[in-house]
Amino acid sequence: MGRFAVRRIAQGLIVIFGVTVVVFVVTRLVGDPVDVLLPLEATEQQRREFEHRLGFDRPIPVQFVDYVEDLTRFDFGESFWQHRPVMEIVLEHLPRTFTLVIPAMLLMVVLAVPLGVLAALRPGGLLDRVTVVLSLIGLSIPQFWLALLFILVLAVELRILPPLGGGSAAHMVMPVLSLALPAVGRLAMIVRSSMIDELNQQYVKMALAKGMPYARVVGVHALRNASIPALTLSGWEFIRALAGYSVIVEYVFQWPGVGFLAMQSIERQDLFLLQGIVFVVAVMVVIVNIIVDILYKAVDPRVKLA
Amino acid sequence: MRTQEQVRARRRRELLRGRPYEVLRSLRSALYELWGDKVGLFGLLVVLGLVFVAIFAPLLAPHDPAVGRLQDRLTPPFWSAEGSTRFLLGTDEQGRDILSRIIFGTRVTILVGGSVVLLAGTFGTLMGLIAGYKGGRWDSIIMRVVDTQVAFPGLLLALVILAVIQPSVTSVIVVLAINGWMVYARMTRGVVLSVKETPYVDAAEIVGCRPRRVILRHILPNLASPLLTLAVLEFARIILAEAALSFLGLGIQPPQASWGLMVSQGKNYLFNAWWLVTFPGLAIALTVLGVNLLASWLRVAADPQEREKRFAAATSQRATQGAV
Repeated sequence: MGRFAVRRIAQGLIVIFGVTVVVFVVTRLVGDPVDVLLPLEATEQQRREFEHRLGFDRPIPVQFVDYVEDLTRFDFGESFWQHRPVMEIVLEHLPRTFTLVIPAMLLMVVLAVPLGVLAALRPGGLLDRVTVVLSLIGLSIPQFWLALLFILVLAVELRILPPLGGGSAAHMVMPVLSLALPAVGRLAMIVRSSMIDELNQQYVKMALAKGMPYARVVGVHALRNASIPALTLSGWEFIRALAGYSVIVEYVFQWPGVGFLAMQSIERQDLFLLQGIVFVVAVMVVIVNIIVDILYKAVDPRVKLA
Repeated sequence: MRTQEQVRARRRRELLRGRPYEVLRSLRSALYELWGDKVGLFGLLVVLGLVFVAIFAPLLAPHDPAVGRLQDRLTPPFWSAEGSTRFLLGTDEQGRDILSRIIFGTRVTILVGGSVVLLAGTFGTLMGLIAGYKGGRWDSIIMRVVDTQVAFPGLLLALVILAVIQPSVTSVIVVLAINGWMVYARMTRGVVLSVKETPYVDAAEIVGCRPRRVILRHILPNLASPLLTLAVLEFARIILAEAALSFLGLGIQPPQASWGLMVSQGKNYLFNAWWLVTFPGLAIALTVLGVNLLASWLRVAADPQEREKRFAAATSQRATQGAV
């Protein structure tokens, strides 16, 4: 267990370091930060001063060492847009993203697992075909479009929910649904196919032959084995919701979380804020990955944490 | 009873044992199978239709996609009261015809999807071949890079990169290709590792084939069907990714027409012009659905093991039906 922890944390640090390097390379080498940060009409004099003040006139390796040093202290500098420390702003927005992502992922599991299991009981049956078709549709609909359709139907036509913004529970309904529903399709497909595989195994026939109740065979024996691939996908869905889909959904609904903050910082060309967001999200992603690995062990005792 | 003539024709056909005959025959049997699987057929028709529309866009589009008259702005689709048959799906805020813009949007979709699949697929397959065949240090370096990149979702990094460099068709293609090569590498490596130990690869090596020949002639053909399926699936994913980037304003830039961009521009008129958002989104959804259906048909049809399973299931079913 100790070795496992050390190894996973090391792997996680590599991921965070990799993301950091990419962001550094992109912002300092590919683009000129001064171009991005200063208005077009800035004079050469202003540019020089600005470069000097932020240290962009120093050699790249020196800048990189400095940058990494700042990161280890969780110091991302000050946002140009809000004139506050970047870390403060990001940590203020992070819980709001989680209040969307966590309910969405719970909803995904609650809907997808029963759907997948019931579909797998009778492959080719009516429920199975309905599940497959719905999942395929869910896979194919662009998330931002789904979100806009929700607004169009629920807020503009029926007027039962507020269209944009954040705060109340009513504001949460549409963003959570937009995050959850496409993921339900993907997870239900995985649960379905792994349940079909498990139900064809010898141990299932054995359990039934010796007279074990069908519900117990399906719900305990087969489901536990089938839940391993489902767990992998759920972890991955959580990560993608956190570090990708939330940007789209928060942007559409103008939900004040990290994703919307990222879009705003791009619009306002606030490089330091953007760097801080990417770093914090990377740390979250690594943490979720480690939690999923530990859950594996809980579900499947055969897994060796090494 | 067969006539003399038929027997002779059959012999003549059998003489044509060369590759062209095989290709033709396998193509015909594939089409025959597709006919039996209507869902897969629908997928293929959607994809072919998309390519057709993209090629002949200027002939098919009723209006110029980039120019509109302001007095025509926000005309609803033709079936509503204020609609006109001149603009079947209505017009946008600048009076441009939605249908024509959707038709021209197929070009961007195909261009981006095709280029990204080609770029990422070639690079990823190459990396996978090297990692799987060479093993050792190469393998661990390549797979470490793959693992690191897979661990972090691409969208946020793509946004950062596109926010710094100028977003354009080329930069979208490059960014999505950088984000997408890992799946090919992983899959290729897996297949290579399992094929490498087979007797025929050993035999080829003992006979003295060079690594390049072993890889290209003996190992690569095993990858044909999984790679094809993966490429089609990835094509669907890339279409969605391009649409999402364009929707966020970091993909295709106006005045070019892209479905994601159209939805993005239409969202400002969500409250009084529903058609701006609905139709381009529908185009994306239908296209991706078609490509996904094609991929799920291909997965079963192009995999010998799956075929065998299906064949066995069909024969056993026939046998039981015969018994009853």
